[in-house]
Amino acid sequence: MSEPLQTVSIDVTVNGKACRRDVEPRQLLVEFIREELRLTGTHIGCDTSFCGACTVLLDGVAVKSCTLFAVQADGAEITTVEALEKDGQVHPLQQAFSEQHGLQCGYCTPGILMSSLALLAQNPNPETQDIRKALSGNVCRCTGYQNIIKSVQAAATVLRRS
Amino acid sequence: MYPAPFRYHRPATLGSALALLAELGEGARPLAGGQSLIPILKMRMDEPSDLVDIGRLAELTHIRKEKGRYCIGALVTHARIAASTAATDIPVIRDCAANIADPQVRALGTIGGSVCIADPSSDWPALLHLLDAEIVCGGVEGSRKVGIRDFITDSYTNSLADGELVTEIQIPIPPANSGGAYLGFKKAAPAYPAASAGVQLTLTAGNICHDIRLVLGAAGPVPVRSEDIEQALTGQPLTDGKLQEAAGALVELSDPPADARGSAEFKRAMLRSLFMRAAHTAMQRASGETVSGSHDYV
Repeated sequence: MSEPLQTVSIDVTVNGKACRRDVEPRQLLVEFIREELRLTGTHIGCDTSFCGACTVLLDGVAVKSCTLFAVQADGAEITTVEALEKDGQVHPLQQAFSEQHGLQCGYCTPGILMSSLALLAQNPNPETQDIRKALSGNVCRCTGYQNIIKSVQAAATVLRRS
Repeated sequence: MYPAPFRYHRPATLGSALALLAELGEGARPLAGGQSLIPILKMRMDEPSDLVDIGRLAELTHIRKEKGRYCIGALVTHARIAASTAATDIPVIRDCAANIADPQVRALGTIGGSVCIADPSSDWPALLHLLDAEIVCGGVEGSRKVGIRDFITDSYTNSLADGELVTEIQIPIPPANSGGAYLGFKKAAPAYPAASAGVQLTLTAGNICHDIRLVLGAAGPVPVRSEDIEQALTGQPLTDGKLQEAAGALVELSDPPADARGSAEFKRAMLRSLFMRAAHTAMQRASGETVSGSHDYV
């Protein structure tokens, strides 16, 4: 007979809201966010730590939520793509991705937005090469990265003015 | 993808983590940043009974310079090492740490985890061979120190005993007039390199080689080094001919597997060309030039 599965109680703050849940230790953070919290903006792409579609911020740092157990995030502050829109207003990054055609099919976009957010918090005026490096862990399989880079640059300009 | 179920523990101190690992025995694994271990568990290449989360142990997060060495705690992340004085004092450390995978992985992945997993393609094992690092292994009975070449014994295999943990990596600081470079080639940032090569040397006047160490990574089950080839270059002027000869002899010792990253023939050609570039960059750095080095990817 196998023993009952262990659950562990975790406290996390997700997009500013505190929540406590009992989780199975093997539950990945991305599954916790999508299945437990029903925040489905964070996507599962490759599920092997390669593509970055699942990127969220953990205490302000971009991480791949498919390669982190929810229990490891106990006590942390998590920011997902849902936090970008405030009071019906999209974030300048989202606006720029729309205007500059940076979405393409849109599947990788939530992860790219979160990596871009982490970059612009650290470096408000990035060079093209800085953007490429910051997004090197986010893979887009549509066409390429030209419009994505343009979008991040456009958002950086708007954010520097505000 | 879900790992098989396991029991989860998060001891508060290093002492309690070691005691717990000793008590749980061979079915338990330590969990640090998880960037190598979690993919392995998800693919069910390993199904441990227990995970001991050591990720928050403050005792293993130091970077100290003492007695001519850098002592780096096992839990220091690649990103922190890349931004540390260890990376400015020893440029090959930056070459390695700043180019492992991508920003997300570097933010969580640790030097201790990487060296313990000992993936044959990963960067730290090759770099630590190049720098003759020593690995401090802690256990309930006390700690011991082992050279990197005796620590990694085969692909994905280290010489830790059950209940032991890597607590620190010690890297000797190279003397003045030294230079080094570590370069890799990979298809994209998040991938492991298809091939990598490192050279660390000390030059005397007239570009005479006083001391040299060479390494090839992703070149077989464990990083490839050869004291014979290094000895043959010592005391010699480092001409292109001599370096080409050494490159040929070292690549001869490699045994890269044909896989999705390339055929064995392609990888040998890459090893050779990366080696030559690393040697040239190392010589430039030894003569005081600042040269940025990094993994190439398309």
